[in-house]
Amino acid sequence: MTLTDTLRTAVFALRGNWMRSALTSLGVIIGIAAVIVMVSVGQGTQAEIDKLVSGLGANRLDISGGAPNTGGIRGGAGSNATLTDQDAAAIREQIPEVQYVAAGIRGGSQLVYGENNWSSSWQGVQPDFFDINGWKLATGPGLESSDYSSATKAVVIGETVRRELFGDEDPIGQSLRIGKVPFRVVGVLAPKGQGGFGQDQDDVIMVPLETARRRLSGASGAPPGTVRQIALGVARSEDLAYVQEEVEALLRERHHIAAGEEDDFTVRNISEMVATRTQTTRIMSLLLGAVAGISLLVGGIGIMNIMLVSVTERIREIGLRMAVGAGPRDIQRQFLAEAMLISFGGGVIGTLIGIAGALLSAELGSLPVQLDWQVVALAAGCSVATGLFFGFYPARKAAQLDPIEALRHQG
Amino acid sequence: MSAPPLVQIEGLCKVYAAGTQAQVVALDQVNLSIGRGEFVSIMGASGSGKSTLMNMIGCLDRPSSGRYLCDGVDVATLDAEQLARLRLEKIGFVFQTFNLLSRMDALHNVMMPLGYADVPLSERTERARAALEAVGLGDRLSHRPGELSGGQQQRVSIARALINRPTLILADEPTGALDSRTSLEVLQLFKSLQGQGHTIVLITHEVDIAHQADRICVMRDGRLFEGEQPLGAAA
Repeated sequence: MTLTDTLRTAVFALRGNWMRSALTSLGVIIGIAAVIVMVSVGQGTQAEIDKLVSGLGANRLDISGGAPNTGGIRGGAGSNATLTDQDAAAIREQIPEVQYVAAGIRGGSQLVYGENNWSSSWQGVQPDFFDINGWKLATGPGLESSDYSSATKAVVIGETVRRELFGDEDPIGQSLRIGKVPFRVVGVLAPKGQGGFGQDQDDVIMVPLETARRRLSGASGAPPGTVRQIALGVARSEDLAYVQEEVEALLRERHHIAAGEEDDFTVRNISEMVATRTQTTRIMSLLLGAVAGISLLVGGIGIMNIMLVSVTERIREIGLRMAVGAGPRDIQRQFLAEAMLISFGGGVIGTLIGIAGALLSAELGSLPVQLDWQVVALAAGCSVATGLFFGFYPARKAAQLDPIEALRHQG
Repeated sequence: MSAPPLVQIEGLCKVYAAGTQAQVVALDQVNLSIGRGEFVSIMGASGSGKSTLMNMIGCLDRPSSGRYLCDGVDVATLDAEQLARLRLEKIGFVFQTFNLLSRMDALHNVMMPLGYADVPLSERTERARAALEAVGLGDRLSHRPGELSGGQQQRVSIARALINRPTLILADEPTGALDSRTSLEVLQLFKSLQGQGHTIVLITHEVDIAHQADRICVMRDGRLFEGEQPLGAAA
C-alpha cells in the first residue's frame, strides 16, 4: 500500500471517530504546548541571568561601608562612610590575587546639554572600574590617566544619556553640564541594556573619582578621602572565597576592629549569588521540563490506550482486510499512521498554542521568555516520536492477529 | 500441454492442539483437485471441518501436513506477507455475513482491496464502479451497507471479491443470511461468473444450494467424500 493510501485510510478512520481522535490528541496538544512554554520560560530566565552576569562582570567582590546586619536603627550598607582610598590602595598592595581595584562614590544630578536636560546618576570612578564592570567604549577616547590624576572635568556617558541629551549629534568633545558644572564628554559607553533587576544600566555617567569629590558630591558631609564602595576584580574565580577572607581580615586590621566586634564594612560576593541563582534556575528549568515531559507521556499513554481500544473494536475489519490481501505490514502501517496522525496533529496545534502561550506569558506575566526554533522543532519531533512509540505496540498487536480468528470475532 | 489444476490438495491434514488431550483433527488426509472454471460446492455439517478446509483453500491457514498447491504454489512455504500477496492476487472471498465496512459506501467497500495492490486511485474508482454495475448495483454506489438490503449487500461483497480479477472465488455460506428468492439471485450471479471463466468454490450446508454446482464434495469428520449423495449432511 502506498504512503498516500495509508494516510488516506488513517484519516478516514480518524474522521469516523473524530470526537475520540480530538480528545486523544488533546493530551498531546497540552503536552507539547507545556514543553514549549516551560522550556521557553526556562531559557528566558537563563538568558536573563547570563545577561546579569555579563553586566556585573564576573569574579568580583563588592565592599561597602557600614555593617550588613546591625542592631538598633542605622542606615543600610554604604551609608557609613568608613572606607577610604587608602583601604583600596592597601588591598591592591597586599593581596596579589586581586587584579582590579576601583573605589567609587555616586550621586544623582540634573544633566543639561543645550535645550535638553535629563535626570541621571553619576559615578566617581577609578580606572579599573570599567574592567570590573565590563564596560566598553562605543566612541571617544574615554577617561585618560591624566584625567584621574589632575581631576579634570571629563565625563563618559551611557547610551541612554547620549540618546536623551544629544539625539543625532556627536557628543564627543561637547560640553555637558552636571548640575551647574560644565564637563567635556570624552566617551560614550557601549550599551548593556536592561539589567538583571529591570533597571536601565545605560542611564549613567562616569567621571574621575577626584573630580566627583571636588565638583559633584558637594555638601554631602562625607569626610574627605572616603569612598562609598570599593569594587574588586579577582583573576581566578576559585580565589574569590580566599580573597574575601583576606580582604575582611585586612580591613578589620586597618579599621582597628577588635575580635568579637562588628565589622564596619560589608563584603559581598555577587558572583556567588549569581551562581546560586543560576543553579536555582537550572533546577527550576529541569523541574518544568520534567512536568512538561510527564504531560507528554500522559498524552502518549492516552494514544496507546485509544489505539488498543480501536484495534479491539476493529478486529473484524482487520480480519477482512487481511483476507482481501492486506499483509501484516500493511495493517501495522495503517494503525501506526493513525497514532502518528493523532500525535502529529496534536503536535502542530500544541506548537501553535505553545508559541502563543509563551508570547502571552511574556506579555501578561512579564516572564522572561526566549522562544527558539530549536525548541519548536524539538517539540514537533517529540510529538512524532510519541506517536511512533506509543502507537507501535497497538499496531503490532493488530498486525499479529490471525486472520481466521479475526474474521470469526464477534462484536 | 494441460494447465495444472488451480487447487491441488494431497493428503492434507490439519490438527489443532496436537499432542494434548484436546487434540482435534479438523482435516484428515484430504485430497481435492479443482480445475480452472469449475463450480464446486463443499457440504458438511458444522464441525465437519468444512470451514477449516475453506480457510486452507483460501490461503488463510497453513496445513499441519500434506500439500496444497494453489495455482502451482506450495502454500506451506509462504510467510504471512506472501500469503497475503497470494490472496490479493488469486482469491476473492464472499462471506455469509458480507463483512462490509459499515462506515464506507458501496464504492469504497468494493475498491478497498485494490489499495493493497497499489492500483492508482482513478483506476480503482473506475474498476469498482464497473464491478458494481456488473452485479446490478450501478445506482447504489454511494449507499452505505446499512442502506442496502441483505441481497444487495451480498452483491456488493461479490463485487469486492471480483475487483482484483481473482482466479478463484471462495464463497462461505453466501446465501446463509438471505431469503430463498435472493439466494437464487446470488446463485445466478455465481453461475454467470463461472460463465466468464471464474473458478468458484461454494461452501454450504443446504442441499439445494449445493446442487447448483457441477461437483459436490462432502466433509464428514474431517474427511472429504466426493460423488456421494450427501444425505443427512443437511442438518
